Amino acid sequence: MKARVTVTLKTGVLDPQGKAIEGALKSLGIDGVGSVRQGKVFDIELATADKAAAEAALKAACEKLLANTVIENYRVEIGA
Amino acid sequence: MKAAVITFPGSNRDGDVAKALKQAGATVSHVWHADTELPGGTDLVVLPGGFSYGDYLRTGAIAGRAHIMDATRAHAARGGYVLGICNGFQIACEAGLLPGILVRNAHLKFVCKRQHLTVERNDTPYTSAYAKGQAIDVCIAHGEGNYIADPETLARLEGEGLIAFRYADAQGKVTAEANPNGSLNNIAGIYSQGFNVLGLMPHPENLIDSLVGGTDGRGLFESLVAAKAA
Repeated sequence: MKARVTVTLKTGVLDPQGKAIEGALKSLGIDGVGSVRQGKVFDIELATADKAAAEAALKAACEKLLANTVIENYRVEIGA
Repeated sequence: MKAAVITFPGSNRDGDVAKALKQAGATVSHVWHADTELPGGTDLVVLPGGFSYGDYLRTGAIAGRAHIMDATRAHAARGGYVLGICNGFQIACEAGLLPGILVRNAHLKFVCKRQHLTVERNDTPYTSAYAKGQAIDVCIAHGEGNYIADPETLARLEGEGLIAFRYADAQGKVTAEANPNGSLNNIAGIYSQGFNVLGLMPHPENLIDSLVGGTDGRGLFESLVAAKAA
């Protein structure tokens, strides 16, 4: 079973890297860029075929390591 | 004072802090991160500076989940001293020993320079050798030293007097210009509620010998040894 975990900064947390990327996109002349927030994506392969077990394992992974919930939110998508 | 300095993969200031502790009169043992127990009789656990795990994921995130951190949390819960310097401060926050988190410097640049700090209070185990309000001259070297916390946490830290050091100018004035990384309220270091855990971004262990330009860092280690003796 495959899963994708996306970790993003919470609203209001300063993201200087996103700001720098935003500035670079604007300086490239790419039109219509409002703002940029940088995040992280983790593609994870799981040994289990049980969706509930996978969800529990991924939630634990996010809470214990992948995200720091002081500043970050996470989203889990489970694929086939 | 029996100190245990933890070495993580990528720690690089473990030797320097051991030297500073020995100079102040402590006995020092070195402990590997994968160990599960601290040496018997450990008074102080030191999480040293460096780049544990290459700063992968978030600075201090992986080291903060190392086996030895369970023993370190138990030590702190018993009231034992834990000192986290630079990467060690990041590790302490990630391990839940201290609130908040250190993020990328606001200006995105790594800073490596001499920096003055104010000693916010001198009635703690870490600062008795200093004067309250004293401006001490130490070093900083970090890319992720920008301390942030949610407004409630920040208000609690301020209200309970848990700010240990603030970035300041040479006269001890806490100004925006003296803030090297964007930290909230110029915070350079914080205590746990019991004042037994201290995390700070600057390196007091760099300035312990006039041969390298200053000795203002000595007081922190001397305070700790005196606190144990008291």
